[in-house]
Amino acid sequence: MGIIETENLVFEYIERDEEGNPIGVKRAVDNVSIDVKRGDFVAILGHNGSGKSTLAKHLNALLYPTEGKVLVDGMDTNDEKYTWPVRQTAGMVFQNPDNQIIGSIVEEDVGFGPENMGIPTAEIWERVKESLTIVGMKEYRKHSPNKLSGGQKQRVAIAGVVAMHPKCIIMDEPTAMLDPNGRKEVIRAARALNDVEQVTIVLITHYMEEVIYADKVIVMDGGKVVMQGTPKDIFSQVEKLKELRLDVPQVTLLAYELRKAGVDIPLGILTTEELVAALWRA
Amino acid sequence: MSLILNHVNYVYSADTTYEIKALDDVCLEIGNGEFIGLIGHTGSGKSTLVQHMNGLLKATSGQILYNGEDIYDKDYSLKLLRQKVGLVFQYPEHQLFETDVISDVMFGPKNLKLSKIEVEKRACDALTMVGFPEEMWNRSLFELSGGQKRRVAIAGVLAMKPEMLILDEPTAGLDPKGREEILTLIRGLQKEQGITIVLVSHSMEDVANYVDRIVVMDHGRVMMNDVPREVFRHYEELEKMGLAAPQVTYIMQALRMKGLDVDIDATTIPEAREQILLALGRDWREE
Amino acid sequence: MIKDITLGQYYETDSVIHRLDPRTKLIATVVYVISLFIFDNIASFLVATAFLIAVIRLSRVPFKFIVKGMKGILFLLLFTVVMNLFLTTGDVLVKLGVFTITRQGLKAALLMLVRLTYLILGSSLMTLTTTPNNLTDGLEKLLKHLEIVKVPVHEISMMMSIALRFIPILLEETDKIMKAQMARGADFETGSIITRAKNMVPLLVPLFVSAFRRANDLAMAMEARCYKGGEGRTKMKPLVYKKNDWISKIILVVYLAAVIVAVRFGSISVAGFTL
Repeated sequence: MGIIETENLVFEYIERDEEGNPIGVKRAVDNVSIDVKRGDFVAILGHNGSGKSTLAKHLNALLYPTEGKVLVDGMDTNDEKYTWPVRQTAGMVFQNPDNQIIGSIVEEDVGFGPENMGIPTAEIWERVKESLTIVGMKEYRKHSPNKLSGGQKQRVAIAGVVAMHPKCIIMDEPTAMLDPNGRKEVIRAARALNDVEQVTIVLITHYMEEVIYADKVIVMDGGKVVMQGTPKDIFSQVEKLKELRLDVPQVTLLAYELRKAGVDIPLGILTTEELVAALWRA
Repeated sequence: MSLILNHVNYVYSADTTYEIKALDDVCLEIGNGEFIGLIGHTGSGKSTLVQHMNGLLKATSGQILYNGEDIYDKDYSLKLLRQKVGLVFQYPEHQLFETDVISDVMFGPKNLKLSKIEVEKRACDALTMVGFPEEMWNRSLFELSGGQKRRVAIAGVLAMKPEMLILDEPTAGLDPKGREEILTLIRGLQKEQGITIVLVSHSMEDVANYVDRIVVMDHGRVMMNDVPREVFRHYEELEKMGLAAPQVTYIMQALRMKGLDVDIDATTIPEAREQILLALGRDWREE
Repeated sequence: MIKDITLGQYYETDSVIHRLDPRTKLIATVVYVISLFIFDNIASFLVATAFLIAVIRLSRVPFKFIVKGMKGILFLLLFTVVMNLFLTTGDVLVKLGVFTITRQGLKAALLMLVRLTYLILGSSLMTLTTTPNNLTDGLEKLLKHLEIVKVPVHEISMMMSIALRFIPILLEETDKIMKAQMARGADFETGSIITRAKNMVPLLVPLFVSAFRRANDLAMAMEARCYKGGEGRTKMKPLVYKKNDWISKIILVVYLAAVIVAVRFGSISVAGFTL
């Protein structure tokens, strides 16, 4: 059984006009069934408004399904007694780094989660130290978050979740507001957590370069899952991705164009090395 | 129009221990109708620089000439300069404040004390320029998506009828399609309206596809100022500044190392495709 | 501008005072304020001055830095002193047209000057040597007993520390929105008070919208990190009184006693003034 499972998940909300009168029902997530295996790195892709963030908020009981079920480590999120265990099992990192840091000092922010869980003081300190080390922010533990770069703030936010010892971390577009260097820092931290600590990662993004290392890619559009597979499977379908308002990495696109022009190279090339090797063979 | 910066320096918190040189001897010339990409990592001084271009920040020393006139002259109207040099900040949708689309776009022209008819006309023109559908002009801003709000915000600056438009990371936070739409819109403004564009960005891919000239900043200094292919040729120096050339540059470099005779100056996908096909064709012929 | 106000800003250094428990410093501040209102003669003035100087020395905050912070309220201070000087009735000393200075007025003004100056110096010393978070922690623990009468002490202190974290962010945002509207020709600097107030709308509306968005995001982030109020929470940095805190408390008691004794027995008469 997977660490996260959704069964025919539907989420609807009531659309209202300016006076607050209901004008219709909108389906943000439409009949989604996904299964995330323990220890996997799963990426969810989709353009803005495709329902991917709404889906993410279901995975740690910030939103509840209108229909269907969400199971986190076997716990039904609809069951109130599981609300806190679910949130602890599936930690969440949000998009805006400024709006999720609570503490005025880095280490105090990382300690916030464990404090809420009622962890004894000595263990909080251990967890804080360990989490900051994992994301490479240990030397900044006494700093004010306001003085850090976007990538650093986001790593602090990740450490804050790691300190709660979750089995799974859901990252809701953690790189959308960062510059390229900050994006790299965050993705590196996420991959390290997955590789070294075996934490399951669900990464929501619209940057294609960030998903090429994922074990599995899920593509959403209009609240539905429209594609699912390995990065190679997904990026072999350049035309379909374009239809879905998504990009493909430049290497993949170039390989695709070359193939179209008659060069004998395989579909779904993801890195420069692969392309060079393929062209060498061609 | 023309904008010239002569040895511009800007120092934060002067005379304290926190003194930071945000701009260090910046010299720059921007000519009429150019499309310039301004690149640098966060904190390199690019945002500080663009705020000098429309007089929001005043240089600690140095000279800025707009159409040959010194903007720091006592009689020079900074208000007029701000109208001629439009500045679209990062996440510009956060500055919208009116209840509906058209009223917000009218804010700028209203401040210019134009007649009511002229204000309305400019707002309509600006919304048309950014391709905002007419049936949505009276919509509430709360009903719009992020990308739509951004268009309205850009229209709000265009309604001032600027000769030059500076956009600070106009694609931040948008999805790929949204990014492309905004960049296409900006190119249209330059090509069709003749507006001079300065695009602040850290996406090399965006810049490679659109601009005529790239200005690279690092530590408050202008490090490079040239056409894209020349700038990307120095990709190793760019990396030292925490930047990177477009992925295509790296592919071409890797192929060249492997012995494929390609032009390493190709920076966009069509260029690269052509180069590789050409090189492969040659190889095949030799075989 | 706003950044120049040093009053109440934390001054980072390491000193005996910095290391004291925030509760000790809060209590000390209250005791000091009380002593300022008891004192009314030269002897008590000397005791209070000696105490203040000693604490400033121990705190290792440069005197210049503390005084710089007072600039902002200089006007308020002078205003109060002048009001006391001219508006107290009693034995006339000098008459300047409509203004009269009385013996009682002079004394009241002097007292007010000293009291207010010392009050500001003393209380800013507390914030100068205590991080805002530490301070809210101290307040929370000191006022904990009020929870019995349904005062939401934990919530109030959580709100205070969040406010402190977001003040710099909101200031930066204000600056940015202001500039963005100025780029659209907005004018925040000229015109009558009413036009100026009206011109603030394009600044205030986006600022409020953004503050609400941030509040919403933050609430969600806190919930996601299992925040459910003060109950069952442990502390990463629990407050524990140390040896120095107990010594400080003894010193405080001695100080307060000294002021009371000085007020009682330390008065001297000079040229008709009782000092």
